[in-house]
Amino acid sequence: MTTTKEWPLWEVFIRGQHGMSHRHVGSLHAPDAERAIKNARDVYTRRNEGTSIWVVEAAAISASSPSDKGPLYEPASDKVYRHPTFYDLPDEAGNM
Amino acid sequence: MYAQSIKSTGKSVQSLEEMSPEDRAFQERINRGEKIEPKDYMPEGYRKNLVRQIGQHAHSEIVGQLPEGNWITRAPTLERKANLLAKVQDEAGHGLYLYCAAETLGISRDEMFEMLHNGQMKYSSIFNYPTLTWADMGAVGWLVDGAAIMNQVPLQGTSYGPYARSMVRICKEESFHQRQGFHIMIAMAKNGTTDQHRMAQDALNRFWYPSLMMFGPSDKDSVHSAQSMAWKIKMNSNDELRQKFVDETVPQAEYLGLNIPDEHLKWNEETQHYDFSQPDWNEFNDVLAGNGPCNTERLTARQKAWNDGAWVREAMMAHANKKAAKKKATTQVAAG
Amino acid sequence: MTAGNPHLFEFLLRQGDNALVLGHRTSEWCGTAPALEEDIALANTALDLIGQTQLWLAYAADVEGAGRSNDDLAFLRDVYDFRNVLMLEVPNEDFGRTMARQFFFDAFQVPWLSALQNSSEQRVSDIAHKSLKEAQYHLERSAETVIALGDGTELSNQLMQTAVNYLWPYTGELFGEDDTDVAMHSQGIAPLPASMRKAWNDTVFSTLNEACLTAPDDPFAHTGGRNGVRHTEHLGHMLAVMQTLQRSYPGATW
Repeated sequence: MTTTKEWPLWEVFIRGQHGMSHRHVGSLHAPDAERAIKNARDVYTRRNEGTSIWVVEAAAISASSPSDKGPLYEPASDKVYRHPTFYDLPDEAGNM
Repeated sequence: MYAQSIKSTGKSVQSLEEMSPEDRAFQERINRGEKIEPKDYMPEGYRKNLVRQIGQHAHSEIVGQLPEGNWITRAPTLERKANLLAKVQDEAGHGLYLYCAAETLGISRDEMFEMLHNGQMKYSSIFNYPTLTWADMGAVGWLVDGAAIMNQVPLQGTSYGPYARSMVRICKEESFHQRQGFHIMIAMAKNGTTDQHRMAQDALNRFWYPSLMMFGPSDKDSVHSAQSMAWKIKMNSNDELRQKFVDETVPQAEYLGLNIPDEHLKWNEETQHYDFSQPDWNEFNDVLAGNGPCNTERLTARQKAWNDGAWVREAMMAHANKKAAKKKATTQVAAG
Repeated sequence: MTAGNPHLFEFLLRQGDNALVLGHRTSEWCGTAPALEEDIALANTALDLIGQTQLWLAYAADVEGAGRSNDDLAFLRDVYDFRNVLMLEVPNEDFGRTMARQFFFDAFQVPWLSALQNSSEQRVSDIAHKSLKEAQYHLERSAETVIALGDGTELSNQLMQTAVNYLWPYTGELFGEDDTDVAMHSQGIAPLPASMRKAWNDTVFSTLNEACLTAPDDPFAHTGGRNGVRHTEHLGHMLAVMQTLQRSYPGATW
């Protein structure tokens, strides 16, 4: 986190009622996983019952690098997003 | 529309031959209709423009909650109250999706809030106009959401994957907004009392030109627009969308028995479009410069909400950290 | 048991007005909550409560049999005809008080609606059944929030304690008892509110404890809302806003 106060970003996966696998539906911010699930329920299902919700902190996701890109492109990074809050900085480092 | 105040870089669009190999490969992907994803290579200008455009779009959604939120507590029936609240809630949701899309480009939501609050980032000019009567809830839904939809539907095909996906979700949810507004207008203008009809006409008078301004100034010669269109982060010209909006809205006003406040408005057989008067672009510039009727109120309201909420956000984070630390300690004890 | 049951009418107004007044207060947050996620969640709560209002007041209007609609009851009654508990009409003040109030109310509503499902009146049972699911989720969320804010930081603990202290004297009214309550009880329509006390205490004290907050010792309880005898000054201002269009343009359809 750039500052210690910003809520982390979570990726939300929802399985609807049709027996399909969980599908990524979007992201949101929450202080912890428990709250992220509740927020997901409020934001992404508007309380639809019978849905199963997974949340995972975005920073914890590892991703493949783009497949058809040669060495021309950025070196592979295992983070999904180039998100500034993925980098934990000490408070003394100030706001950046 | 959500890039109303993005200044041109002054550089003309490069041809494929002039581009670096990376930029050329990137442009060719866009030309083929491929989506660009967060980890893919992208020119810095593309990233920067997208951050500003998506950021402005997101800010517009949450500042846009305020003029309509102004009437939630005064909605005339329980059903209208619920409909309006649900609609304004959707706007919060749309802001949320868009901020998340922008976050994939390397900026955090709190940073974007900070830039909104200190004036570095803008939001759509339309939300600096006041909502004075209940008919404004009709006019905002009908005209403002109508104009927004014109812009958002094509943006579902924009080149940046996260932006396109959030637009798909937004358009799906947005479909009831314009209808909700038009429904209010029907009740007041068509089926209402003399007072209600007067309110409806007054709302149209006040929101017509600001709605036309939402599309931004004519961009026929704008270098910036040409680049954004080449990158497919802008899908239509401002004039094209504005014309489409006028063509669709005029018959709706006729249906309502309301007069569009433009004496030059008339059907042009030759072009098969309506001719209409341009809004006052000086007023538009004033609003963008911070001198619209409600700029101060809107920004102050956002800043106040953010500052008042600081202790809550901090406390919830602190509690989460304490909980996590406790859990860790318990696990360690169990493991040891 | 429809027309000619004034106690039932009174009972239904209490249910409807609680939902109406709290729904209205909650809707005041729209656009200004501490975070977007909280803004959206608060709107969901308000929407649930407005929905419950529509059901209870439509039922009340039918029982009254005077040709009034649920909107007439919401928008054309004055302060002394409102039957909500006082706690719900006091201003939101801040997010802390808003959530503490929601929690105190939810902690009552969950056992209350749960019991109302067994009402001898089918329509009471149906509305309670639908509302209970919503109330259970509200309680989960409000309890979790009270705990997080009570436990969070020194400042948040202090603000939450202030909110709890302010609200505490208003909580007792939830358990009031008068002729209407006794009539509902004897007709098998509703239990006595006082019988919710134990469930409420269990939820509230365990949650406050986890939240590092203390309940004031003083058993004093303000009354006057659920019987309409003496509301707070705040309700009149709320109604002045809420009812402005219906009052200013009598007979208009919106």
